[in-house]
Amino acid sequence: MARKPAATAAKAAPSNTSKEELLKYYRDMLLIRRFEEKAGQLYGMGLIGGFCHLYIGQEAVVVGLEAAAKEGDKRITSYRDHGHMLACGMEARGVMAELTGREGGYSKGKGGSMHMFSREKHFYGGHGIVAAQVPLGAGLAFADKYLGNDNVTFTYFGDGAANQGQVYETYNMAELWDLPVIFVIENNQYAMGTSVKRSTKSTSLFGRGEAFGIPGEQVDGMDVLAVKAAGEKAVAHCRAGKGPYILEVMTYRYRGHSMSDPAKYRSREEVQKMRDERDAIEHVRELLLQGKHASEDDLKAIDKEIKDIVNDSAEFAKESPEPALEELWTDIYAADLPQGSAEENA
Amino acid sequence: MATEILMPALSPTMEEGTLAKWLKKEGDAVKSGDIIAEIETDKATMEFEAVDEGILGKILVEEGAQGVKVNTPIAVLIEEGESADDIAAPAAPAAAEAAPAEAKAEAPAASAVEQVNTPEPDRSPDWPEGTKMKTMTVREALREAMEEEMNRDETVFLMGEEVGEYQGAYKISQGLLDKFGPRRVVDTPISEIGFAGIGTGAALAGLRPIVEFMTFNFAMQAIDHIINSAAKTLYMSGGQMGCPIVFRGPNGAAARVGAQHSQDYSAWYAQIPGLKVVIPYSAADAKGLMKQAIRDPNPVIFLENEILYGRSFEVPDLEDFTIPFGKARIARSGKDVTLVSFGIGMAHALEAAEKLHEEGIEAEVIDLRTLRPLDYATIIESVKKTNRLVTVEEGFPVASIGNHISAYVMENAFDYLDAPVINCTGKDVPMPYAANLEKHALITSAEVVDAVKKVTYK
Repeated sequence: MARKPAATAAKAAPSNTSKEELLKYYRDMLLIRRFEEKAGQLYGMGLIGGFCHLYIGQEAVVVGLEAAAKEGDKRITSYRDHGHMLACGMEARGVMAELTGREGGYSKGKGGSMHMFSREKHFYGGHGIVAAQVPLGAGLAFADKYLGNDNVTFTYFGDGAANQGQVYETYNMAELWDLPVIFVIENNQYAMGTSVKRSTKSTSLFGRGEAFGIPGEQVDGMDVLAVKAAGEKAVAHCRAGKGPYILEVMTYRYRGHSMSDPAKYRSREEVQKMRDERDAIEHVRELLLQGKHASEDDLKAIDKEIKDIVNDSAEFAKESPEPALEELWTDIYAADLPQGSAEENA
Repeated sequence: MATEILMPALSPTMEEGTLAKWLKKEGDAVKSGDIIAEIETDKATMEFEAVDEGILGKILVEEGAQGVKVNTPIAVLIEEGESADDIAAPAAPAAAEAAPAEAKAEAPAASAVEQVNTPEPDRSPDWPEGTKMKTMTVREALREAMEEEMNRDETVFLMGEEVGEYQGAYKISQGLLDKFGPRRVVDTPISEIGFAGIGTGAALAGLRPIVEFMTFNFAMQAIDHIINSAAKTLYMSGGQMGCPIVFRGPNGAAARVGAQHSQDYSAWYAQIPGLKVVIPYSAADAKGLMKQAIRDPNPVIFLENEILYGRSFEVPDLEDFTIPFGKARIARSGKDVTLVSFGIGMAHALEAAEKLHEEGIEAEVIDLRTLRPLDYATIIESVKKTNRLVTVEEGFPVASIGNHISAYVMENAFDYLDAPVINCTGKDVPMPYAANLEKHALITSAEVVDAVKKVTYK
């Protein structure tokens, strides 16, 4: 059943991780970080409105789990969703243009930061109501089981959502019906401004599945290789038809809950310590350099390439026009199923 | 190359702020993520982090400055080797490249309610004349509709509390488990928000779930998924994510079950763009509309009624028939007054029409059948003929369906009205248990008769 993490096991992993894999993780995590920094900047300029929740610090979670996924697997998450979209291959341009509310965005500007989707990449949102994505994710897995394929669904939620009642209704049904769903608790230690310790008596969130018969484990979410290894184990469990699995991924967000977070609930030293000692991108950077997989110049070239992608996305997001006023009245009702028949998923 | 650092917007509503404190001074190296200043917004004092790397070449706005507009350059970041002296203080603050120009054009539709109906009402028959009819209860009609659709489409399945082994709390799903097995007739635990969410997720993935609520009272636990997850996702995804799902179950007052189990949710759901709302009265409508609901690519709220389940009606004996949404049925023709109703309200409206007939008043009775889309054209056409309108529904009076229809008719057929519209509704009280009080809380045909006499000045 529930296990504590083997804290040191993951550190030994690099020996069986190829240069190509490490470079991919580095690139993917860096893309998320630079993208989010740029989004923060555009927010500051008033180009992005409303709520904007940045993923900076948590990059290893989605990049590690995407490394364990195969084509056809689904993912669904909360409103802190930009990283998930980039990690599953959605275009930086479309995401950024949605943030600026433009026609070129994934939802034609009608969804915003918290509501983006891609049927092509099997990304089911982007949900603004805390924990609502948990039963929805189990429902995606229900459909895959119903259709008899071996896809799994990664259902991401935070330590805050873990205290919503619908999570436990879902745990019960997911285990009762052996649904192929991986519940990924991204424990960044703060639900908005409330730390886990202030909201939760029993702080081992992965252990809460035990009451329902769902195995779970805690994972070091600042180590992309540890996340990938745990993801592979969870995926194997689900694909084998053994039902759901819980991963509590211990991570940390460097930025505020949203852009308007005055950050009075934690010390600057605490944030700085994580950045200095546990940064997930620095970790892979060191592995690459120490293993002589890449030189400083190689990494600089990647940095430049990422910067170009991000700058291009920002330009696109500024240039793309606002949606036509007629768009106000479209997409309220479907004339037919946009996704076609369910056979696509079979 | 020098980069201007602009006064940031640090909350959704911030337009200007106070530059409380500089934490870096001119000449300091700045890394991405470093706190460079503290800024007071309309809500709080915020730390302002650098995005780009470089050297703080020049501070343009001194600390303590108040009312600094968002996007005003506050400092200049230079690269190594550049000199701060090279920087010319920027002239006027760059006119916001930021905020996109306010939309100038008028919104395309003049009315807030999008007109989906054709101006001419659709009076075509629901099934060919001369069709053989059979007598059937509403309960049997609903079960037949689900069975036929499950036979037709493998992706249709039923889930809910007691739908399988128990054969349905109200026996609507009787026999379906035996016929289709537990894969397609799924008994759930008592977890409304959980299974409503799972059903919605399955629909987003392309299945066509029918989610039964034992009654719609319990759907209040799940209403977030009905509205936020099912109804809005197509719009929020720019048309990518359809959600073909039916939420069905008994709605409204049953008998002597008290306040928490007796409420009509018609007006609640009818308010939500993205939902379709169906509320049949007769067995034929129950069957034809249920089949249509299951085939619809959108989320459909299907409001049934426990008291009507056992009532018998004539149903066309056809292999396959559906009734389109947004097409009201004229249940009785008349020239003196229009009665508009739906669901169990139709029982009161028809009873009242019969009594009025005995007194020489001919009422035209319109059964809306669907509340979203709503058949405005049929109502308006009838009002133009009778010049008088009474609406009849079981729900609460405030913000009722009748209120909405009154407003629409006033706006679109004011000159045709010879009397104010009257809305007959349930009383503005939680449903009492005592038999005599419950009777008074509900709408009665006598009240409808009285209302008609008022609007006909009889």
